[in-house]
Amino acid sequence: MRNPFVMDCGEFHVNYKQDMAIWKISRVRMRVFILLAVFAVFPMFASDYVIGLATLCGIAAIGAIGLNILTGFTGQISIGVGAFLGVGGYTSAILTAKLGLSFWIAMPTAGIITAVVGGLFGLPSLRLKGLYLAIATLAAQVIILFVISRWDSLTGGTAGMVLSRPELGGFVFYSERSYYYLMFIVLVITTIFTLNLFRSRVGRAFIAVRDRDVAAEVMGIDLFKYKVLAFIVSSFFVGIAGALLGHYTMVVSPELYSITVSIEYLAIILVGGLGSVFGSIYGAVFITLLPVVLRSGVELLSGVFPDLSAVLIGMKEVVFGLVIILFLIYEPQGLAKIWKNIKDYFKLWPFSY
Amino acid sequence: MIFFLQMLVTGIVVGSVYALVALGFVLIYKSSDAINFAQGEFLLIGTYVCLTLITAYNIPFVAALLIALIFSAVLGFVIERIVLRPFIGEPVISMIMATIGLSSVLAGIVHITWGHETRVFPKVFSEQPVKLGEIVIAPVYLWSLLIVFIMLGIFTLFFKYSKLGIAMRATADDQQAAMSMGISVKMIFAVAWAIAAIVSAVGGILLGNINGVNASLSAIGLKVLPVAILGGLDSIPGAIIGGLIIGILESLTGGYLDPLVGGGLKEVMPFVILVLILMFKPYGLFGKKEIERV
Repeated sequence: MRNPFVMDCGEFHVNYKQDMAIWKISRVRMRVFILLAVFAVFPMFASDYVIGLATLCGIAAIGAIGLNILTGFTGQISIGVGAFLGVGGYTSAILTAKLGLSFWIAMPTAGIITAVVGGLFGLPSLRLKGLYLAIATLAAQVIILFVISRWDSLTGGTAGMVLSRPELGGFVFYSERSYYYLMFIVLVITTIFTLNLFRSRVGRAFIAVRDRDVAAEVMGIDLFKYKVLAFIVSSFFVGIAGALLGHYTMVVSPELYSITVSIEYLAIILVGGLGSVFGSIYGAVFITLLPVVLRSGVELLSGVFPDLSAVLIGMKEVVFGLVIILFLIYEPQGLAKIWKNIKDYFKLWPFSY
Repeated sequence: MIFFLQMLVTGIVVGSVYALVALGFVLIYKSSDAINFAQGEFLLIGTYVCLTLITAYNIPFVAALLIALIFSAVLGFVIERIVLRPFIGEPVISMIMATIGLSSVLAGIVHITWGHETRVFPKVFSEQPVKLGEIVIAPVYLWSLLIVFIMLGIFTLFFKYSKLGIAMRATADDQQAAMSMGISVKMIFAVAWAIAAIVSAVGGILLGNINGVNASLSAIGLKVLPVAILGGLDSIPGAIIGGLIIGILESLTGGYLDPLVGGGLKEVMPFVILVLILMFKPYGLFGKKEIERV
């Protein structure tokens, strides 16, 4: 067997089919399977804490892929992801806790309900663009959260709801490890779906809408249909992520879905790379681990500067903001682009001239 | 009826402060096509600086106000230069995220410097309520109204007659044409940010006098978004009228509907109105409609 990590040294596609292929060269397939195997085996050797963090990263990645479909690929800025996550979480909570349905029905239903709500708030997108749309989605965030926190009889109001871990044939996903696998499977399915989406007519229409919506319309793309569709598809995955997150933390309450969450998700796709599926995953890992790394950094330094832990919350905000600004200034295409640059460098290494 | 009038007056006062903050917002949008999500933090910083000057250094209110305004202007200048300059001409999302990042940084700095607890301004205005017929108004409300309208008046005159104001309007109209007439567009952007910081600081100080100061004051930064959108993002009279409409509606909602649903509707109402307005008038009440060409 040839070494699967040997790089191809250029693009040698001679027909359209090769260019559209999901495995650009056959060796990539082996490389991906090895990486998948690594991520599947890794929880066997890691501590519960690390697996828990990985699960959170993965759930964030699912939501971020959803947001990236809307914002990165279709160009419709949404500041309402936090609330849509909440819709997913609450739907699943209500279905499982109040109606006694199984998680395996509740999770897809949560996705579908969120998709419907997302589509509803996507309706103004026909007439609104850019900033105006962004602010309309901000309104969605505020209104949805208000409904959630006031509809006491259904959602338990500000106190929130308690959820249980999913169960499959008597096996309950209690351990961190089992939930990691659940998340992992959903993440892999989401990634494959999204990668394929953008090889299809619908996905290409999304990209055309992003690049220049008037031009896309002239070319026969029904703007309204595809914009709303982007909202629906995107919200579906965000809803799934919301349900997964709800059952993982086992609690949903309005303050978990505030506007800061929306901003965090925007930061994820921005740091990861707008319009990049894998970028969403890199970004999710980066932004989820940022406060963790920061906290351990502060703990490390607290011997030298004892006051440091008092300002940790403020410092988190400063660092978070700085990361966004610095990425925007120095690498607007995010981690995905950085990774691509590294790969491109090694394509012709060591004779890169 | 008295209750209604009372609510109306409160609404007008709060609305006029919104109008002031939204003015800063519109100004930045008009001149540089940027939307400033950090407006709330500008407001917070200006207010805290003024408060600190008064409480920690015993500087009289008017002097402290002036120093805080100068500080805000410098802050606006510096931020425009360091953070926003690289984003001129970038896509909308970069601009939005840059100001969101900026707001996060500023909020963090405020938390580190001033903490989280609510502080109150020392009484600047007399507490003897003023009676207008049967409505009772606190003097601080009247002063706010007065100051806001003086500020709005000054800015209207500034844009109409001063050389800099005319240059700003020219830049907003067409950057390239303005540049070819010898106007320094960069300078105009910097001035726009400085003015935005100043008006938010004034708004914050007035609100701080009414409600006390804590970090949640920066929520005003989000609340003026519906105001600016309602009036049209690029219309200064729109910002003033939008501010008053939202302020009055919010106050009336708080008075009449909140007791029915158990509170909280007041904060949501501006956004509900926003969605309705956008459905029918996508560019707000007075906004300029964009005509697109491929």
